[in-house]
Amino acid sequence: MIWDALTLQLGYNATLVTIGAALLGMAAGVGGTFLFLRKRALVSDAISHATLPGVALAFMVMVALGGDGRNLIGLLGGAAISAAAGLLLVSWLSTHTRLAEDAAIGSVLSVFFGFGIVLLTVIQTMSAGQQAGLEGFLLGSTAGMLRNDALVIAGSAAVTLALVLLMRRPLTLASFDPDYAISTGQNVTRTDLAMMGLVLAVTVVGLKIVGLILIVALLIIPPVTARFWTERTDHVVLIAGVLGGLSAYIGAALSAALPNMPTGPIIVLVGFGFFALSLLLAPGRGVVSALLRHSAYQRRVHLRQGLLALAHGQPIYERLTLRLLQTQGWARPDGVATSDGRARAIKALRDETRWHIIRSDPAYEAAASLYDGLTEIETVLTNDQIMEIDSRIDLRGAVPA
Amino acid sequence: MNGSEFVPLSLVPMLTGIFVAVACALPGNFLVLRRQALIGDAISHVVLPGIVVAFLLTGVVSTWPMLLGAAGAAIVAVVAIEAVRRLGKIEAGAAMGVIFTAMFAGGVLLLEQSDTSSVHLDVEHALYGNLESLIWLDATGWSSLWDLEALAGLPVELPRMAITLVVVALFIAIFWRPLKISTFDEGFARTIGMQTNLLGLALVIMAAIAAVAAFDAVGSIIVIAMFICPPAAARLMTNRLEHQVGWSVAFAALAAIIGYVLAGYGPLWIGFADSVSAAGMIATVSGLILGITALIGPHRLRGAAAPTA
Repeated sequence: MIWDALTLQLGYNATLVTIGAALLGMAAGVGGTFLFLRKRALVSDAISHATLPGVALAFMVMVALGGDGRNLIGLLGGAAISAAAGLLLVSWLSTHTRLAEDAAIGSVLSVFFGFGIVLLTVIQTMSAGQQAGLEGFLLGSTAGMLRNDALVIAGSAAVTLALVLLMRRPLTLASFDPDYAISTGQNVTRTDLAMMGLVLAVTVVGLKIVGLILIVALLIIPPVTARFWTERTDHVVLIAGVLGGLSAYIGAALSAALPNMPTGPIIVLVGFGFFALSLLLAPGRGVVSALLRHSAYQRRVHLRQGLLALAHGQPIYERLTLRLLQTQGWARPDGVATSDGRARAIKALRDETRWHIIRSDPAYEAAASLYDGLTEIETVLTNDQIMEIDSRIDLRGAVPA
Repeated sequence: MNGSEFVPLSLVPMLTGIFVAVACALPGNFLVLRRQALIGDAISHVVLPGIVVAFLLTGVVSTWPMLLGAAGAAIVAVVAIEAVRRLGKIEAGAAMGVIFTAMFAGGVLLLEQSDTSSVHLDVEHALYGNLESLIWLDATGWSSLWDLEALAGLPVELPRMAITLVVVALFIAIFWRPLKISTFDEGFARTIGMQTNLLGLALVIMAAIAAVAAFDAVGSIIVIAMFICPPAAARLMTNRLEHQVGWSVAFAALAAIIGYVLAGYGPLWIGFADSVSAAGMIATVSGLILGITALIGPHRLRGAAAPTA
């Protein structure tokens, strides 16, 4: 059953929804990257919550005009209008009053959503029979979707994705280096507006699939995940698009195949799974690789200090140091150096003495600044320089044998 | 509107609404000033998985396990956000977005997967609560306020919220100076030996306590609105923190009263038969108050455009 869903064999509607979700996921991943790079990820939360009054008002208007109120295009149109109003209010509050953007986001989000709830309760009483499952917009519901609706969603997701891809270059420039973008003559205000327009489009199209509470996850999680794998903007965009598409595709397929699996939460959790894996396993920025780096560093410090202690003939009490020296074959269990260990200890002490000399000589200032107690002196100085320094070593205080 | 109708039907929800609003607005002042306004948003989303897990573990819908579950989830969320922010070197807003959406999604999924059809536990309830259902059946009129027997039948949410309000207010009062100093100049607070990290965490925990105690009666949405709207509106009224807190309490209480009255009686005035969501209406009114102060508040501007006094 799951396999059928993943290979798109669950019927026409489920296939359309799954493909639509995947397209939407890609558009959200790519569009969200620019939001994330601009550090405005949570603006999308305000936009998505602000759709609710629009959906409810659109329903009421359509019923008042004699329609059935459930026309998806009409509902999404209403959502877009009120989301745009919310977005304008957020930017007005944060530019024209002294409120910070987070307070503006939070107030717009909660007030629009609260007003939407009021309208929903009005709808409940106004026409009990035709309530039409507007609650489905809260958490998304793709079960039993009409063919026309599925077509609308798949089509608009495709259009959104195409728009994001078309505007990729100016968006990348503006979000990565706005000052440079301005200096090349780009109108960054307009680019920002376009970015917000795209986010709005993703939110509105995603309402029916993911729901307005969780759509923000589709815009945030893939870019954050992608950031773990690369340091290049264009790669973040690409990976975020792929991850977003993949999470939405897998999530929508699972939801179609299994009972009691609401689409939105599943998509979000699949995306979070990718995030958690990346947080742990990504090379460079991942937790595991950071831990490995840290313990490798720790080992180097312990070995170095252990060798210096051996060279000075001092006893070693630190257990980890002793164990590391033993596994390297540089010391016996009682803490006495092996011949190999003694040679290395003498080398370590000589290097330390060399470092000491260059650190007290202003002529070597640049090289001396690289001193951290671990760096091999051969990687910093040439052989000639080392010989020059060795000639200055005062042999009277020589190494105890 | 006479006492025999008002006291049993409207007094308790109205008072609960006021207590919730003020208990959230008090810590909200500091959250808004510290640019952590969206912490309230995050906390109120993660309350859902908390109560679902508590329900699955105990098998009953009862107050204490759920409060504990919700509080546990709030703490897990705060720790997870901090962990993601530090371990992944991710900006705070994005880290918050990742964690609270994932936890909320997990809560919804758990709820759908488990058999909760027999009990009153659903997403809508967690989102917008049911303020209107807090009816005081034993009351007959104003005199019931002095009647111990009737008082014993008070909905449990009211005393619980009153205690929460007292706890939050005490916290703010006791730590007033450290909170004020560390909010406006964290560097200075550290140099005079304050544990600013601990204080910040305590503030977030206070906010979580207020949110968790409130969600059961009124749902998440009013909690987010009250964390942010009254303090933000108060911020536009004055430059002094003492006055700001005063304004925020007044705005919060005003929003709760007007919102409740509009939701309960407003539709009747314009000819509808049924009332609308009180939680939603209170959030809406708080937004209107913020809107008015944003247009005419004496300290609404920043920088050079702001009045000097």
